[in-house]
Amino acid sequence: MYAENTAEPPRAKLRTEGLRAWFGHTEALRGVTLRLPERQVTAIIGPSGCGKSTFIRCLNRMHEVVPGARLEGRVTLDGQDVYAPQINPARLRRRVGMVFQKANPFPTMSIRDNVLAGLKLNRMRIEDPEVIVERALRQAALWDEVKDELDRSGVHLSGGQQQRLCIARCLALEPEVLLMDEPCSALDPIATAKVEELIRDLSERYTVVLVTHNMQQAARVADYTAFFYMGELVEYAPTDELFTHPEDRRTEDYITGRFG
Amino acid sequence: MVTPSQPELAPVAPTTPPAEPSPLGDQRSGRLGERLFTLVCLLSLALPLLLLALLFGQTLADALPRLDWAFLTSFPSSRPEAAGILPALAGSAVLMVLTAAIAIPLGVGAALWLEEYARPSRFTAFVELNISNLAGVPSIIYGLLGLELFVRALSLGRSLLAGAATLALLVLPMVILSSREALRAVPLSVREACFALGADRWQGLRRVVLPMAAPGMLTGIILALARAVGETAPLVTIGAVAYVNFVPSSVLDEFTALPIQIFSWVSRPQLAFRANASAGIVVLLAFMLALNAAAIWLRARLQRRIDW
Amino acid sequence: MEAPSSERFGRLDAPRALSERLVLAALFACGALSILTTVGIVAVLARDAWAFAREVSPWRLITDLEWTPLFAEKHFGLWPLLSGTLLTTLIAVAVAVPLGLLGAIYLSELATPRLRGLLKPLLEILAGVPTVVFGYFALLLVTPVLQRVVPGLAGFNALSPGLVMGVMILPIVASLSEDALHAVPRSLREASLALGASRLATVFRVVVPTAFSGIGAAVILGLSRAVGETMIVTIAAGQQPRLTLDPRVPIETMTAFIVQVSLGDTPTGTLEYRTLFAVAAALFLFTLGLNLASHRLRQRVLKGAARW
Repeated sequence: MYAENTAEPPRAKLRTEGLRAWFGHTEALRGVTLRLPERQVTAIIGPSGCGKSTFIRCLNRMHEVVPGARLEGRVTLDGQDVYAPQINPARLRRRVGMVFQKANPFPTMSIRDNVLAGLKLNRMRIEDPEVIVERALRQAALWDEVKDELDRSGVHLSGGQQQRLCIARCLALEPEVLLMDEPCSALDPIATAKVEELIRDLSERYTVVLVTHNMQQAARVADYTAFFYMGELVEYAPTDELFTHPEDRRTEDYITGRFG
Repeated sequence: MVTPSQPELAPVAPTTPPAEPSPLGDQRSGRLGERLFTLVCLLSLALPLLLLALLFGQTLADALPRLDWAFLTSFPSSRPEAAGILPALAGSAVLMVLTAAIAIPLGVGAALWLEEYARPSRFTAFVELNISNLAGVPSIIYGLLGLELFVRALSLGRSLLAGAATLALLVLPMVILSSREALRAVPLSVREACFALGADRWQGLRRVVLPMAAPGMLTGIILALARAVGETAPLVTIGAVAYVNFVPSSVLDEFTALPIQIFSWVSRPQLAFRANASAGIVVLLAFMLALNAAAIWLRARLQRRIDW
Repeated sequence: MEAPSSERFGRLDAPRALSERLVLAALFACGALSILTTVGIVAVLARDAWAFAREVSPWRLITDLEWTPLFAEKHFGLWPLLSGTLLTTLIAVAVAVPLGLLGAIYLSELATPRLRGLLKPLLEILAGVPTVVFGYFALLLVTPVLQRVVPGLAGFNALSPGLVMGVMILPIVASLSEDALHAVPRSLREASLALGASRLATVFRVVVPTAFSGIGAAVILGLSRAVGETMIVTIAAGQQPRLTLDPRVPIETMTAFIVQVSLGDTPTGTLEYRTLFAVAAALFLFTLGLNLASHRLRQRVLKGAARW
């Protein structure tokens, strides 16, 4: 599933080189080198504790928010080292957005304010708030469901709707990359299907990195898949190839359900 | 470290920053603002604490000329140099013991009932609301209750017993609250184990749960007693006066207490009494420090026996 | 917050033995004591306040602008005492709320664990200082210093005890606000940071608004404490009821008036004596209202927390 309408392979939007990460003394990532292609969905799969979430949190510098967290190696966005000393992590996070496992809309804000939260928190000037809100909610496939209650708080929405609201909140900032950390694991199958469809649509504009423990989801949604095991990148290939002809024994064992 | 083979991706153009102006850099002003704000917040705590330290220091300095053994063993007098704090010290000590004797069983009992026996209902919610309210009632109103109830209605007069009963009511909410927390900290599995062994509820509580909760309860109780020792208003209202010429020998005797004595000396216009007041304050604070230290020691001892 | 263990153990342990039932009755009595205390307070205040109201129409409390119940020419307007309480309370709150809130933000969001470990116990110490000691500080140490800075500051005034009261209630506001901030789930902070917000923006635009109810409860509790405070104002604010908002002149608060009558020679059962209870009843109603409001807000926090 390469981008079919281009003759050449997609370029790498994000790269890591020898990325190592620790929580205190525990090493969570042992030197991961990975290239994430632009405007594709890359799934990161692996058993619990293999470092998938840690990995994507290194991509938007959320890993360092945890006290005692450390990291080594290089992470570049469009070739620029994101850990260089003059880089402002907040600015990075505007370009590399994140959606969490459990939807976390801000309870004291209305739906409209939730969507605009990223802009307000960054003190950016909002010229057309209604336009931005509608665009973000449409992109998140939520507009029709909430357009009449934008002033209400988001806490009465269903789990799936809340998650799409969080996605809209990210999209309002017009990022280039979307990091999604098991976004469907707290959702029922119908809501999951909606979000998966959304992810496929989003990949036309955004680079999506999707952490999932659900292999079928990876098979359904992702263009490329990376298999992590115990902090290492074991294998990385276009999804079809990884699932039908895994090269590494460990990948095969995981896919066939022998562990994890 | 073998890097697994990766699919063909187009080579990356060397460091072409995207079209956005200054995309990821520039954080100096943000960091400075945050540091400044953190400093302001720290100062908002540090300055009052510093002020307190200064005030303590000055009080100690004022107290030194008066602080001597004679001060601790003399009776009050209209001459500041001769006025001592003995009856007040004795009164406070006895008051504290009596208050503890009343407040601890009642408070722990109420906590046990609320935590272990009572089924959550509107009645228990009402009880909890009451306790929460009573915690906020001004201490002087407790004094009025004590005056009408203990001093007059129960004819206890202006005695130590009346004072202790009033103070016990005052600190009861604190004792109940901290006892409840201590009980909650004991894991449920402990109670289950007791039942599994055939014990009934009270046996399990008395022999296993209470001893486990005791260290935590103790801290709360000591804090409550320290508060009681420092209270002036309720005792003033029930009529405890400062000019008491004897050390109390029975719980029905009239009495005075450290805070009352300090209050009385502060209220005198003569400058010389100021030294007495500050000396009294030093004694009171030393008393409370001793209480807290005893609490920490007792708690450590109890905790060592129960290693859970 | 865990439910009391009584909720988990159903009918299995319905007490059968007589001793068990006696124990239950005794514990229940302890729990019910809190209700009895409230009833007692209300009864004591109501009885004499009612007797007062039979002689002096409560209307006069509102319409008269002077308070001279102990003089020959009697005025019963509550306003002077109310303004005294209001003035000192406002000054105290103006100190305690900003400093306490900033301090809470610091302790909860910005401080290193070491500094937290240092400052929290120090705040507890501040909270434990007896109010009579603060009264001494206000009258004999703070007022003289302020007199050099504030022109026209009298020996007894509202400013000095107000400021000292602010320092006294600072730990309450700070500690309860910190609990409220701490209760905001981490996921909300992470969401804000992931959107690119700075730490400060996250604190002010996400954490604090979410903790608003809890912070409100903390502030109201501090307010209630300041309204009910007795010794600091009795010692340092004066005994001249005066309808004013000038913090430099002597005033009298409701609580100080109660102490004044208690200490005086007014015979019991007289109208003059009963004014004490009228004022106490008003004081009780005010603090009751504030405490109920704070309780309500705290319940809202607990219910909200369940949603996350």
